[in-house]
Parts: sequence; C-alpha cells; structure tokens
Amino acid sequence: MARHIVAKASEVPAGSRKLVEAAGRPVVVFNVGGRLYAISNRCPHAGGSLVHGKLVGLVEAPQPGQYSYSRPGEILRCPWHSWEFDLATGKSWCDPETVKVRAYKVDVERGASLVGEDDPAKADAPRKLETFQVTVENDYIVVTL
Amino acid sequence: MSMEPKLGEPTSVGANFRGVDCDVHPTVPGMQALLPYLDAHWREAVIEREVNLESQSYPPNSPLSARPDWRDKNGRAGLDVKQLCDLTLDRWGSSLAILNCIYGVQLLMSEDMAVVLCRALNDWIAKEWLDRDPRLRASIVVPLQSVERAVEEIERRAGDPRFVQVLVLAMGEVPLGRRQLWPIYAAAERHGLPIGVHAGSAYRHPVTSLGWPSYYIEDYSAQSLGFQSQVASLITEGVFQKHPGLKVVLIESGVTWVPAFLWRLGKFWRGVRSEVPWVNRPPAEIFRDHFRLTAQPIDGPENGNAIERVLEHLGSEDVLLYASDFPHWQFDGDDVISRGIPERLHHRMRIDNPLATYPRLGLTVQAIKAGA
Repeated sequence: MARHIVAKASEVPAGSRKLVEAAGRPVVVFNVGGRLYAISNRCPHAGGSLVHGKLVGLVEAPQPGQYSYSRPGEILRCPWHSWEFDLATGKSWCDPETVKVRAYKVDVERGASLVGEDDPAKADAPRKLETFQVTVENDYIVVTL
Repeated sequence: MSMEPKLGEPTSVGANFRGVDCDVHPTVPGMQALLPYLDAHWREAVIEREVNLESQSYPPNSPLSARPDWRDKNGRAGLDVKQLCDLTLDRWGSSLAILNCIYGVQLLMSEDMAVVLCRALNDWIAKEWLDRDPRLRASIVVPLQSVERAVEEIERRAGDPRFVQVLVLAMGEVPLGRRQLWPIYAAAERHGLPIGVHAGSAYRHPVTSLGWPSYYIEDYSAQSLGFQSQVASLITEGVFQKHPGLKVVLIESGVTWVPAFLWRLGKFWRGVRSEVPWVNRPPAEIFRDHFRLTAQPIDGPENGNAIERVLEHLGSEDVLLYASDFPHWQFDGDDVISRGIPERLHHRMRIDNPLATYPRLGLTVQAIKAGA
C-alpha cells in the first residue's frame, strides 16, 4: 500500500471528476456532493474509459412496478455498454463478485500535514511516493494504491 | 385419498414408474364432437354459423400435423384413445401422458363464444379422453380473450387433479408477461399448474415481426421467434418475482435456440437492467428456475455432440421434458428421444423433471406406487 498525492483538492470540486495518474495507473477521482471516490479508469468488461461515464442513482424494485431510488450520483455507468458500478466498492451491479473495477482509498489531506510540519516523524513519507508540488497552505487528494 | 402425496419428489417414485410423455395431442374430430358440451343456444349458433376451428397452425394435410403411418383412412390421426395410448404409453414406455389439445378456440374474436367453446373442449377432454384411460392427464385450455373468464375456467377445472397445466399459445393478442394477464398466473400458481405455452398463433398479428409470410414453412419456423419474445416478456415484466412458484413449459419450441437467446437477453440486461430493476439476477438464471422445455422437436443434428453441447450451454439438466409430440411428425420409427440427447439424461427427462415440473402428477405417482 502506497499513498499518492494526485491533485489539489480544489481541482475536484463537488460534482466533478478528474483523471489522474498514480504509480503510472490511470485513476479517476470523483467528488459526489463532497464525498470523494477513486476507481481505476479502466472498465473491467471491455476497457471503456470510466472518466467518461455517467453518474446515476441506484434503482431497485421490491416488486415489479415499484421503483426504489437511492444513492443519487453514486453509481457509475460505463460509457461503452452502460454496465453499472458502485463507486464505493467498485463492484458491478450485474455480476458483483466477478466483475469489479479497482476502487481505491482516497482522502483529502492538508499540505501542512503532507510536508510533515504537524508531525515531524511522518515528514518524509508522502514526499517519497510522488513527485508533486505540495505547499502547506493547500489541501491535497491522496489515493492509496 | 388418505395418502398424503409427496409432490414432485423423485424419491417417491416406484420402480415401476416409467415416466411422463409431456406433449401429446388429441385431435378434435370436428365441431360436432363438442355439441354435447354446449347449451342449446350455442349448439344452434355454431351449427347455424358453421363455426369450424381448424387452426392454420396445424393444417390437417400438412405433413407435420400427423405422421403418415398414424393417419386413418381419412388422413386424420390422434382421434382415438386406444391408438394414442398404445403408442405413447405402451409402445414408447411411459406411465402417464399429458394431453395438449390444439383446437382453434384461441382464434375466436367473440369472448363469449371463446369461453363456451373452451369450457366445452375441456369437458370433452375429461369425458372422451381422461375418463377412458386412467393414465391420461391434460391441460386446461383457457380463453385468453378474457382474463377474468380464463381464471374462472381454471377454477372450474382445477378441482380435477387430472388437469395438470394451463395451456396457451406462443402467439396471442399481447405478450404473455403483461400484467393484465397476471390473475391467470396467480390462479395457476395457487393450484400447482404450470403454464404450458404451445407453438401456435391466435393470428391477432402476423406470425413474423416483418409481416405476413407467404408459406407454411415460414409460419412454423417463426414459432421459435415467438417463443423467444415470450421468454423475454415473462422475465422482464417480472412475472416470476410476483409468482415465484410459477413454472412455464415451452412446448414444441425447438429447444436449441434457447442458450443463444439467453446470452443475448443477459448481455443487454447488464447494460439496461435499471429499466427493469425487479429483474435482479441474470435472465438465464431465472430461465433455469422457471422454464421447462419439451424435447420434441429438438432442432439439431442427431449425430455427434451438438445437442449435448447446447444442453451444456443451457447450464441445467432440469429443464428438458420427455415428449413425443404425437401425432405430429417429428421423428421416424420409435426414436422418440433424439439420438443427440445423451443417455444419462433420459431418466431425468422422463421421470424426475416432469414430476418436479407438474406437482399434480405426484398424486398419480403415489397411486401407482401404492398399487405396485
């Protein structure tokens, strides 16, 4: 497990997404109403680029004709074949145990924390992982791969 | 009956139980046969109006409609209880046979006439066939022209355990999954009656989605496309979420189209399933749990392992039901089971699968065991 600073937090405001790279892998960071999600950009089905997918809600039905709608914006549809993926887990709706996209832990951290001002003991750790200009006054998105 | 039947448990079968022929056709000799089962008004009406319900789906002179060696001097077959039982039960070795009577009652535009003729047909089957040989079972023919009265007909006949299925045609007025038809499925589920969908059309629409074809061969081969659309309709409308105990038997559908169609249905379901969110598992799984197929005809080569591979793709050994389709001409000699079907499946398709599909047969199985 390694942590990667991938973007300034201000680059991915609520309702947006950003394609970044972590350890050479394309990763998409989504900001859904202030909650961050990070998944691989590659659809496990046929390789569609997930940064271009639509975000929708979860539609379920206890009975035919009864529509239950929840988790708006947390389900990603692949732009190629519309397979649905849960942003939180990366699992597909149609075949959750076999077809899943890699989902990564993602956090926002203060620049001050990342450069080690708050805790000198951690000072070197993040900086070793990624070449990224970090300043103490900004917040950063950190993806753990 | 004092004995509590164990419905559909293969273990309850006695060693002398030889299985079930799940698709046999008694032929209505003509409207005159049904006259005793009509009231005075309808008797006069069908005579006056010269109502004849020979369906275009099985024209009597078509080679498919009856094998030549089974035709009588007038060219008809399936008119005689003895002939039917001698072949399907004694010669081909079954203990029971299910009669699916194909007569054009589904074609009628008048709801009232359809209702009385379905009633007459079912009464005729009971008296002229079931009463004459204890090994015969039958399907309840229902007038889909009226859902309410189709349910009434199921209720009227369900008290007789010799009726083991509800019979409809592959091509009717609306797709079979439509919610307006669900009271029929509720009644069927309540009484342990599968829905038998038999090849044939009520001719409300052209038999192909392209329009009317020119030839009979086009009509008959298009039936499997009708079956495909019915499978899609029944699954996507959510019939089996609403009626988890319901089974649907596709009769005379051809079988081998099924895996390819399920692949297609499942593939698109993955992308558009939110349109039908009640379909919460792959259509192929729903098919394997709820659909059964009679094994005659089976569209594939007798030689080699092509049919065996199709059955592997189907992913279940529970779905195939033994059937002769007598007197339709689907095979020669006594090769009721296609040579393409591996022998290890014969016992299942003759005994286990029919008993699991038709819970009402369990009553008979117990009786046979007791009498053994």
